Amino acid sequence: MTVYGWIFMLASVGSVVGLMVFCFWRVFRTPRLEEHMHAPLDIDTHDADQGR
Amino acid sequence: MAHTESSAGRAVPRAAAPRQRENWSSKLGVIMAVAGSAVGLGNFLRFPGLASANGGGVFMIPYFVSLLLLGIPICWVEWGLGRYGGSCGYNSAPGIFSTLWRHPASKYFGAFAIMIPIAIYMYYVYIESWCLTYAVDYARGSLMDVARQAGPGGEMTAYRNYFAAFVGVDKDGFPEWENLVILIVVFVLNFYLIFRGLTRGIESFNKYAMPVLILCALVILARVLTLGTPQPPQPGGDINRALGFMWNPRLEGGGIWSELRNPEIWLLASGQIFFSLSVGFGIILNYASYLRRNDDVVLSGLTASVTNEFCEVCLAGLITVPVAFLFLGPANLGKDVLGSSFALGFHAMPAVFARMPAGQLFGFLWFFMLFLAAITSSLSMLQPAIAFLEEGFNLPRRASVAILGFITAIGVLIVVFFSKNLLALDTIDFWVSTVCIFVLAMIQTILFAWIFGIRRARVETMKGADLKIPGVYWFIMKYVSPLYLLVIFVAWCRISIPKKLAEIGGLTPGDRHTVVFVICFLAALLLFCVMLVYLSRRRWDGGRHEIPGEEVIP
Repeated sequence: MTVYGWIFMLASVGSVVGLMVFCFWRVFRTPRLEEHMHAPLDIDTHDADQGR
Repeated sequence: MAHTESSAGRAVPRAAAPRQRENWSSKLGVIMAVAGSAVGLGNFLRFPGLASANGGGVFMIPYFVSLLLLGIPICWVEWGLGRYGGSCGYNSAPGIFSTLWRHPASKYFGAFAIMIPIAIYMYYVYIESWCLTYAVDYARGSLMDVARQAGPGGEMTAYRNYFAAFVGVDKDGFPEWENLVILIVVFVLNFYLIFRGLTRGIESFNKYAMPVLILCALVILARVLTLGTPQPPQPGGDINRALGFMWNPRLEGGGIWSELRNPEIWLLASGQIFFSLSVGFGIILNYASYLRRNDDVVLSGLTASVTNEFCEVCLAGLITVPVAFLFLGPANLGKDVLGSSFALGFHAMPAVFARMPAGQLFGFLWFFMLFLAAITSSLSMLQPAIAFLEEGFNLPRRASVAILGFITAIGVLIVVFFSKNLLALDTIDFWVSTVCIFVLAMIQTILFAWIFGIRRARVETMKGADLKIPGVYWFIMKYVSPLYLLVIFVAWCRISIPKKLAEIGGLTPGDRHTVVFVICFLAALLLFCVMLVYLSRRRWDGGRHEIPGEEVIP
C-alpha cells in the first residue's frame, strides 16, 4: 500500500468512525423527551402560598 | 369483513373504526430501522467493486462530496417531510404530499413512493433468499464441496457455474423446490414482521438484527485484517498489498486532479451515495411520519446515514475487495467481476472462502450478514404500501398485508420465472431502482424546499432538533441538491439510456419480449397505484393541512 493509499484509507475510515461516535454519543447523551417533561405535581406554580 | 358492535347495537365494519396512531417507541429504534433500511446488499457488494474499479482512493473524494451535498441534505428533507406529514395525521406519501402542496395533483406524485418500494421488493426478496440459501448451504457444508470437486484453481469457475444453475441463468423457469421453499420462507417472514406492526415488528427486529449484522461484519473484518501473508502463498500476496488494491489511488495518465476531472467518477460516486442511503425510495418519508411532533429529525437522520456509511466504508471497504484480491489475485478481479455485485458476491466470495482457513464458518457469517442486510431493507419496502392501504382505504392491517402480499407475490413470480440472464430482475433494477428514484427524490426536494418553502422547512426541521444544522445547508437544500440531482440525472440518462436501449435491441426476440413484458408490468403497477390514489382521493382532499395550534409561517 502506498502512502497515498494509507492517507485515503485512514481519512475515509477515520472521518466516518469519528462522526459515528459523535452522533451516537449525542443520541445517548440527550435525555429522552419524557425525562424533560414534568408531571403537574412537580411544577411549583406558587399559588399554594397565596391561600395561606 | 370483521364487524364490531356500535353503541347503538348496530354492526359496523371494523375497518370504519378509527385507527390508533402508531409511533416509534424509542429514538434508537427509529435510527436502527432507518439504518437497517439503508444498509443493504449494495453496501457490501456494489460499493467496494465500484470504488476499486474507479480510481481506488480517489473515488472517495467525489463520494464524500456527494454525501455532503446530496445524501445528507436529501435525508434531512425526507425526515422533515415525513415528520410534518405525520404531525398532520398522514403516513402515506399521497397524504404527506397533499399537506405540503394544496393542489389536487399533489397526491398523485405520491403514487411513485408507493410503487417504487413494492417493485424493488419483488426482486430484492429473491436475492435475499439466495443469501439465506447460501448461508444454510455453508452451515451444512455443501457449498465447500463445490470447491473440493473443482480442485485448486478452478473454484471461481465452479462457483460461477453453480450460481448460474442455482438461479437458472440459462433458461426461463422456476428454480429447484428447495430454493423455492426458502424463497417462500423469506417472503412469509417479511410479511409476518410487517403484520406485527411498526414497533413490535419492524423496530424490534431491527434493534436486534442491526447489531448482529455489524457484529458478523466485525468478526469477518478482524479475520481479514489478521490474515497477514496466508500460507500456502496466495495470488494477492499479503493483506497490505490487498488493502492497496482497494485504497491506492489509481491515476490513469495524470495526477489526482486530472482523475477528478473525469465526469464519470462523479456520476458513479453520487449515484452510489444516492442508492446507498435509500433516499428517493419513499421509505424514510414513511418511517419519519411515525415520529412524534417534537421528536428530533436532525441528529436521528444524520446518525442513521452515518451508520450506513460505517457499514459501507469501514466494513465493506476493508473486507470485500481486499479479501477477494488476497485469495484470487488481480487476474480474477477484472472490471467484469468488480462491476457486478452478483459476480463479486456469489462467484468471487465463495471462491475466497474455499481457500480461507475456517472458510466454512466465515462463509456462513458472510452470507448470514448479507441476509440480515437484505431483510432489514426489504421490510422497509413493504411499510409505505401498508400505510397507504390502511390510510387511504381505512383497511385493517390484516387486509392490507393480504392485499400487498398478493400483489408482490405476482411480481416475485415474474422475477423468479424469467430467470434467463436475470432479465426481469435487471429490468426492474434499471427502470425502478435508478430512473424512478431520481424522479421521486427530485419531487421531494422541490416540494420541500420550493413549494413548502425553505423558511417553513427550516422551522419545521429544527423543531425538537438535538443538533443544529449549519446555516449553509439551507442554501444547499434549496439550490445545490436539486441542481446536483438534475445534472446527475441528465448526465446519467445521456450515458445509460442509449446504452440500455442498444442492449435491449441486441437481445434475441424472446428475450426482448421478456424485457418489454416486464416494462409493461411496471407501467401497469404504476398506473394501478395512481388508480388507487384516485379511488382514495377524498381521504386527503378533506384532510387537515396544518398542525393544530401551529402558527402558519407565510
